[in-house]
Amino acid sequence: MNILVCAKRVPMTGGTIVLTEDEQSIQTRHLGFTISPHEECGVEEAVRLIEANGGESVVLALGPSEAEEQLRDAMALGVDRAILLETADEVDGQATAAAIVAAIEAERAAGVEFDLIFFGNESADSGNYQVGIRVAHALGRPCVTGVKGITVQDGRARCEQETASGRDVYDVPLPAVITVKEGLNLPRYPSVPGRLRAKRKPLAASAPERRDAGVEKLRLRLPPGQGKQAEILGHGPEAAPAVVEVLRRAGLVT
Amino acid sequence: MTLVYVEHQDGRPDDASLQAIALVREITGGAPLHALLAGPGAEDAAAGLGAHGVATAHIAEHEALASHAPVALARCIGELIERLSPAAVAAAGSERGNEVLAHAAALGDLPLAANCVAAEAGDPLTVTRIRWGGSLLEDARLHGPVKLLTVAPHTVEAAEVGAGPATLERFTPSLADADLVVRVVETVEQSSEGGVNLADARFVVSCGRGAGSPEGFAPAEELAALLGGAVGCSRAVTIAGWRSHTDQVGQTGTKIAPEVYLACGISGATQHMAGCKGAKRIIAVNVDPEAPIIANADYAVIGDLHEVIPAITAELRKAGAG
Ligand SMILES: Cc1cc2nc3c(=O)[nH]c(=O)nc-3n(C[C@H](O)[C@H](O)[C@H](O)COP(=O)(O)OP(=O)(O)OC[C@H]3O[C@@H](n4cnc5c(N)ncnc54)[C@H](O)[C@@H]3O)c2cc1C
Repeated sequence: MNILVCAKRVPMTGGTIVLTEDEQSIQTRHLGFTISPHEECGVEEAVRLIEANGGESVVLALGPSEAEEQLRDAMALGVDRAILLETADEVDGQATAAAIVAAIEAERAAGVEFDLIFFGNESADSGNYQVGIRVAHALGRPCVTGVKGITVQDGRARCEQETASGRDVYDVPLPAVITVKEGLNLPRYPSVPGRLRAKRKPLAASAPERRDAGVEKLRLRLPPGQGKQAEILGHGPEAAPAVVEVLRRAGLVT
Repeated sequence: MTLVYVEHQDGRPDDASLQAIALVREITGGAPLHALLAGPGAEDAAAGLGAHGVATAHIAEHEALASHAPVALARCIGELIERLSPAAVAAAGSERGNEVLAHAAALGDLPLAANCVAAEAGDPLTVTRIRWGGSLLEDARLHGPVKLLTVAPHTVEAAEVGAGPATLERFTPSLADADLVVRVVETVEQSSEGGVNLADARFVVSCGRGAGSPEGFAPAEELAALLGGAVGCSRAVTIAGWRSHTDQVGQTGTKIAPEVYLACGISGATQHMAGCKGAKRIIAVNVDPEAPIIANADYAVIGDLHEVIPAITAELRKAGAG
């Protein structure tokens, strides 16, 4: 079984987001980077499935050359090799999907067929909610979204989605595309030997073709109502009566 | 004309779909508004849409639409796009609204702007959409022969415009077997074990890394039980394995909207705050007066959660609660 996981490098923004002067991106000079929790779960699931069934796991990121860091992180958790689609600027959902489809077709031409392709349900930063679905249609494969439970058996994937009242179950034939959410599993921490091995694992970088944006970003801005200052109710346990007063005013205590 | 895909339950349209209709009405410039509904109860749900300005409600009739089938629903949208040539197609920015519109976008090779909070008529359409679960806004131009967008829930108010009932038009979409491969085949009802659902709770007390251990949640459990509320947590807690991910509040966890959110030992990362924006009042309990959450809360207590939470419970008991 072969599995591809697509993951995106995003900044760990902490408590406040600061924008660059041109309002095109987040000021990341002092920030660390990560892959989104959804995709971390995708990486973990891929590694577990390959451990159980044999085969190869591959991680793919579209982004700046620095995304190598996130690809190495994924390989430190057990993914076998990596594909980097290098783009200097952010690209929209359609262009991202097109670039990933081209990479998958190149793999197919080289004899690699992926039985499963994992995406995060939505990327942490741009949140376009569409890349996995577009890739699935381009490849003519089924796509289940927002998945928090996967069982692979007899060439099929049983996928579970969480709903307000329980779980919805899908049962699709492989090959398939699955977009996953955090909570699918509890990802492992990378080990030191894992990190060392990751340094030597293969990483293939290429630059995808550019295309015009269908959703053309003009500028980013912070939502209104930032930075209110809390009213200090008190220090330590002595503040309890003031907290209860807030609860009373909210109608939670009679 | 403009088309809105309307989700519904128990014969009533979802609030998020009515909010999508309200936003789309802003950009139609008086052109007729149509709706698409499918599945059990669709006709009942369509009955009230006229009041929201919908002129025609298309009811897709097909036995395969009895359970959620996103590709089939996208085919229905595709058929209506062919037949009616709408300027725009919208849906709620719910899990399923986003999913169905993304399928429609893929089928038609059209751009899709997800989770818009505002739109300005024109070609291209100018939209404002949310990023980072609502912590950041993006102004964008939406291109394409048909403008596909979803509307972020709770950002636009639904409004009745006092129009007459919508005309119902039933149609049977032509669906191939391949359109029905992705389909809910089983639904598992989960008993909430007598507990209160985090998303619906009127009171939520969460602890973050400051709780220190799984046992550190005992006082929060006690307080939540006393007020009929729910216990939440931050991601630092779930990745440490102290609590299940179902308790996580935030961008990649549950979005909550309680009357009061008591956030203890949580620093206030944007991804956590993205999950509790809907709270009416936020009270932060933190040892650090400089923690970012203090600048995003309504009230704060500076102190150790291990002392403050039990003191609140004791105070409530003294006041005769529970
Ligand atoms: C893409 C992405 C998605 C994410 N999604 C989520 C999400 O859905 N939910 C989420 O929560 N996080 C999410 N995160 C993680 C988030 O960025 C933070 O890392 C996380 O919220 C931090 O958890 P915390 O506040 O408990 O821990 P910390 O940031 O370590 O803060 C602990 C706080 O507790 C205080 N404290 C310590 N001891 C005590 C005590 N005894 N009494 C009182 N106060 C004390 C400290 O002063 C500090 O402010 C996401 C991150 C990324 C990059």
